[in-house]
Amino acid sequence: MMRPGGDRVGDDRTEAAVTDPAYNFAYLDEQTKRMIRRAILKGLAVPGYQVPFASREMPMPYGWGTGGVQVTAATLTPDDTLKVIDQGADDTTNAVSIRKFFQKTAGVAVTERTADATVIQTRHRIPEHPLTEDQILVYQVPIPEPLRFLEPRETETRKMHALQDYGLMHVKLYEDIAQNGAIAKSYAYPVKVSGRYVMDPSPIPKFDNPKLDMPAIQLFGAGREQRIYAVPPYTPVVSLDFEDFPFDPSKADHACDLCGADTSYLDEVIVDDAGGRMFVCSDTDFCGERRDAGHRGAMSPPDAAVQA
Amino acid sequence: MPSAAHSFTGGFADAPRDAAEAFRSAMTVLARPGEIRTLHGALPPAPLGVAAGALLLTLCDADTSVHLAGACDRPDLRDWIGFHTGAPLVAADQADFAIGAWPDLRAAQGLRIGTAEYPDRSCTLIAELPALDAAGAALTGPGIRDTAHLSLPETAWFQANAARFPLGMDAFFTCGARVAALPRSTTIHNGG
Repeated sequence: MMRPGGDRVGDDRTEAAVTDPAYNFAYLDEQTKRMIRRAILKGLAVPGYQVPFASREMPMPYGWGTGGVQVTAATLTPDDTLKVIDQGADDTTNAVSIRKFFQKTAGVAVTERTADATVIQTRHRIPEHPLTEDQILVYQVPIPEPLRFLEPRETETRKMHALQDYGLMHVKLYEDIAQNGAIAKSYAYPVKVSGRYVMDPSPIPKFDNPKLDMPAIQLFGAGREQRIYAVPPYTPVVSLDFEDFPFDPSKADHACDLCGADTSYLDEVIVDDAGGRMFVCSDTDFCGERRDAGHRGAMSPPDAAVQA
Repeated sequence: MPSAAHSFTGGFADAPRDAAEAFRSAMTVLARPGEIRTLHGALPPAPLGVAAGALLLTLCDADTSVHLAGACDRPDLRDWIGFHTGAPLVAADQADFAIGAWPDLRAAQGLRIGTAEYPDRSCTLIAELPALDAAGAALTGPGIRDTAHLSLPETAWFQANAARFPLGMDAFFTCGARVAALPRSTTIHNGG
């Protein structure tokens, strides 16, 4: 998490690294990468379908992005530039660790600039900067099955996907409206991909759901649950809703207190013990680039002394 | 067409890098049907070209069964695949990958299309074509912004394949060093 009023790490945000020759390229052995690559191809051919794969133990705990790391390792080439974000931030422990992991084992260049990256591994956000056809977005996924909390048995959820039997999900959304007056799902909001499979977009805020239909290739990796799925470019991705309760990609009704942006997804930060708070962009690169361009928010320092 | 002089030659010189680059191209063409890319680094025996060889080296190993269709079922190609990938060669109905000229693949019996619960358990086709151009049949669907065009060897077979979505086969088309792909999710329009 970026410190309120703080700065981005470093001046030159694109740096190369030296590969440790003790590792095969991108850590995994070639046979493992072939297995993951075959699963990725099946995932792209059947958008939204969860392809089982033989997930490996990685040198980090489950929950730290082992699925995303394996997909990234199978996708990277030596010429790539990698960006890793955690809840939009480049400078959190998770993001820094994974970035250093691939610097050491793959020797790829890394960056914090969304526009400079060719592969972006993300935990729970889609960058604000629109992605292009030349980029790949890799999501870390905790629970890939959108029906899992409605039906715990894998044998049953698999049948439900096969039969396109998604009534249970619509009942859940309806009951949310009946009991709460609104669909009580603000992240991991279920989507239907290309009119066929209901998919968990990973715990991105529902604010990001409209961006799932994008020019970049999107790959999803769930390490503990051993599933890979994908959304090819320009694939229709529809958030489930009802005619009289249309999907609402809401965000905090505020502008960023650092850069003044009123279109970005915001984190709420408690700043003292008296209830003081501020809203800042969750995407640190987006916020930093705006401040570099001279934009200021309500709580920016008065002298605008933001050192680049 | 240049080809491997010996079953021990013609493999990737730097497997991690060559396979990573070949996969990246293969993934891109499958994610964007109609796009054509060039592969390099593999030199299989005739009648296969560089691209088909690179796909085999990148995707096949002892865990995947390969079917050599028709004229592709030759001793030198069997030896080359055996040495470089270790993939077991099988009948068409057991294959994870089927490779050959399009008329031979079309004639192969019982290629797997997956099951309703596991549509990924299908055969992937690698068809070596005499020509490959971004012209011909009009394609729409996932991965295509408006409309793409690709010189498919025929349309009716692929339309029938797409009609079974999410079941069906995914195809790579190779021509020398060039590769394109048609996933089962793509809609093929007549008279493109």
